[in-house]
Amino acid sequence: MHGFANPARFLRLAKWLTPLLLVGGVVLILVSLVPGYLNAPPDRLMGDSVKILFIHVPAAWLGMGGWTTIAIASLVELVWRHPLAAIGARAAAVPGAVFAFICLATGSIWGRPTWGTWWVWDGRLTSMLVLLFLYLGYIALSSALAKEGSSSRIAAIFGLVGAINIPIINRSVVWWNSLHQPPSLTMGNSAIDAVYLYPLLGATLGFSLLFGAIVLMRMRTILADMQAEARLRRKAMQAAEGL
Amino acid sequence: MNTGIKPKHQRLVLLVIALVALVGAGLLAAWALRNQANYFYLPSEIVAEAPGPDEAVRLGGMVEMGSIDTAEDGVTVQFIVGDGEARVPVSFTGIVPALFVEGSGVVAEGSMGADGTFIATNLLAKHDENYMPRELEGMSTEEVRAEIEATLE
Repeated sequence: MHGFANPARFLRLAKWLTPLLLVGGVVLILVSLVPGYLNAPPDRLMGDSVKILFIHVPAAWLGMGGWTTIAIASLVELVWRHPLAAIGARAAAVPGAVFAFICLATGSIWGRPTWGTWWVWDGRLTSMLVLLFLYLGYIALSSALAKEGSSSRIAAIFGLVGAINIPIINRSVVWWNSLHQPPSLTMGNSAIDAVYLYPLLGATLGFSLLFGAIVLMRMRTILADMQAEARLRRKAMQAAEGL
Repeated sequence: MNTGIKPKHQRLVLLVIALVALVGAGLLAAWALRNQANYFYLPSEIVAEAPGPDEAVRLGGMVEMGSIDTAEDGVTVQFIVGDGEARVPVSFTGIVPALFVEGSGVVAEGSMGADGTFIATNLLAKHDENYMPRELEGMSTEEVRAEIEATLE
């Protein structure tokens, strides 16, 4: 567990893993989406707007995956006091928020031609909007704590408490009558035809790899920032002693 | 601390208790919301407990096959919304969404008329969880499989 508490060891791993995830993700997204957008036939009811699926679903998955990452990292931080966990949680917040926003935006654009409305306050849409607001709150809180140099423990507690929203988003269409349809993909079952399913799964995996690459890049940036900060402080101390 | 428990484990136990309490609270809240958080009422609920004539409600269900009837003015449609238990006739004047078809889901916003017809002021089409190309519509699973195999050959 504490093997990677040493940043040097983590940085060695991240150095080759980051480009691997980045290139792998981009290639997988391209080989899934290009044929998906060019070749997939129109849906029996929705026509070509069905192809928003290839962006909307990965974005929803990673919007929720981002907060799950924050929650797990927060747990590790609070229990094991792992120094990289706090950095990992902070690094996952911005990409998670971006994917949650993409999910809401593509869903809204999709809703207008299919449902006949940009937005409704049903269980699924409302809980997803709450997730975006939680992200914004988390980002504000964790960056304020980092700027002050104080402990990120409050942000970690927020990350854990906010995780209660994730199962609610997932179950909202099952528990309550909603305009959003129930899940198409359940354990081992798909109500999505293969011509849409394969580009969708490929894009979801590709965006997930891309997400991992972005989180690693942001973790390296935060670590570099902290090192630079520490060095500046040391220099200032030395300068003060020299006076 | 001389209890022999490592601080790490103490924190873990405390956090697990806190998380269980949190999840319990969340589930209780969701359970309490189970009626209020519904976006629409089903026809059987509307029939069992009819809303007042001026009460704005949403009715959601399936448009019955063969029930859509367009009036002479061309913009008023009448249809029946059912959920397998009850059926409610609905009347709507305006432009219907593209996905409004027989045998598909619909959410109608409006109120109950005096004659038992639901007067809708707005219609929303509800998509189901199935995504299928036009060419495969109406085929059985075996036919779809044969079609896909024929395409792949």
